[in-house]
Amino acid sequence: MASYSTNEFKSGLKIMLDGDPCSIIENEFVKPGKGQAFNRVKIRNLKTGRVVERTFKSGDSVEAADVMDQDMQYLYNDGEFWHFMDPNSFEQVSAGESAVADAAKWLKEQDTCLVTTWNGAPISVTPPNFVVLAVTETDPGVRGDTSGGGGKPATLETGAVVRVPLFIDVGDLLKVDTRSGEYVSRAKE
Amino acid sequence: MAVDWRPGASLDTLRLRARMLEGVREFFARRGVLEVETPLLSVAGSTDPALASFHTPYQGPGLPAGQPLYLHTSPEFPMKRLLAAGSGPIYQVARVFRDGEAGTRHNPEFSLLEWYRTGWGLEALMDEVEALVTVLRGDAPPLPATRRYAYRDLFQAFLSIDPLVATVEELRACCHQAGIQAPDSMPGDAVDPWLDLLLSHAIEPRLGPGLVFLYDYPASQAALARVRPGEPAVAERFELYWDGLELANGFHELGDATEQRARFVADNHKRAAQGRPLMPLDERLLAALEQGLPDCSGVALGLDRLLMRLAGLERIDQVLAFAIGRA
Repeated sequence: MASYSTNEFKSGLKIMLDGDPCSIIENEFVKPGKGQAFNRVKIRNLKTGRVVERTFKSGDSVEAADVMDQDMQYLYNDGEFWHFMDPNSFEQVSAGESAVADAAKWLKEQDTCLVTTWNGAPISVTPPNFVVLAVTETDPGVRGDTSGGGGKPATLETGAVVRVPLFIDVGDLLKVDTRSGEYVSRAKE
Repeated sequence: MAVDWRPGASLDTLRLRARMLEGVREFFARRGVLEVETPLLSVAGSTDPALASFHTPYQGPGLPAGQPLYLHTSPEFPMKRLLAAGSGPIYQVARVFRDGEAGTRHNPEFSLLEWYRTGWGLEALMDEVEALVTVLRGDAPPLPATRRYAYRDLFQAFLSIDPLVATVEELRACCHQAGIQAPDSMPGDAVDPWLDLLLSHAIEPRLGPGLVFLYDYPASQAALARVRPGEPAVAERFELYWDGLELANGFHELGDATEQRARFVADNHKRAAQGRPLMPLDERLLAALEQGLPDCSGVALGLDRLLMRLAGLERIDQVLAFAIGRA
């Protein structure tokens, strides 16, 4: 099985920790002048997203995690799984609820997402930074009010609820930042 | 892709480095300490199990073909030979080499200021280290008052454990209490790696601002320092921290040739147990000690880290023109 020595540690390296695939965020070499060297490492668990701090003795080896990030097109949701396709190989993968998690509310058919797989199976899905989605439900728009002051909730076609300006109407297309969940602007067809 | 050829340190920082070196030389000139130079290459290496030496094969007259020469990890051994030859107090600014050490506070080659005071104990040497830092800071606002702690007292104050008598099991429990998840590979039969883990993870980050001297180390961490008998015995050794950054290591120097040889051999036993290369002993140092080393104390101070603190920078590659990633 592939493994990495602490000498190979750097941010972005994917390793196994306690049976879960993880990504190194930060690696700090710590060594008293006359003593034992350590690597103090911040690690993100790729399944749970949780960040933990761990210390390794310098020279230790850890198992490599077979983790890949791939751009894939979102196809559809069958009620249980979200299906994605690799646009180059046309291979399909299906991601369960734990992998899709919060990304679900931004997924629109044919959008390209970043799918992280571990041993070939998706463990997390990152939607595009910006998505364009139609408003399916909101209070009637106030014509001419482009002040942006106040605002109101609007439900989008994917189920996401975002705060929008008062002039927005049902049927409008909105550009939304998925990282912050905030309305950016109206979008054209 | 464009090759990144530029220095990692700003030109202002490099000017500050030059002024720091000037300040160091002026400080010792005023105090009558002689500047010396000793070889970087030697047929002998450091046996210290915590250090890894670079080495290179020599081809040429004077030595067998391919003789491995070790790049020194500190200029300690030849400087002690000068002391044994009657040099009196000496200092050196040396580039030293330590394989495997790279990070935000480490570079595999760095500048060490090492000096020796004959007839001095550690108290006086700690005073001089502090005086040097004070002089080099110039008219910067004064630091908080310097603190000096015995190693044992600091562990007791921060972690409620006696580091001089604690067992591995007690140290393991202490790590757990301090929220440190110890690596699986930590040894079950040696306390020092556990003490290092606690010191680096639970104590150093909490030392606070200003200069802190830590002294009277566990006898097992004496390295090249004398051990003062007692219950328990302690090593006559100190370390200096500035804002939690380890800057200097000082010894009341071991002068006993028999004891020194025994420590070298014990080091090599540890190396063998760890599957690491054995190091040829420095027989010339041992012969000099045989002849007689004057009672002295010595200290090695990392100049790059000192510059980090003088310049208010957090990474060693910001004070080196070209750190290992750019070398």
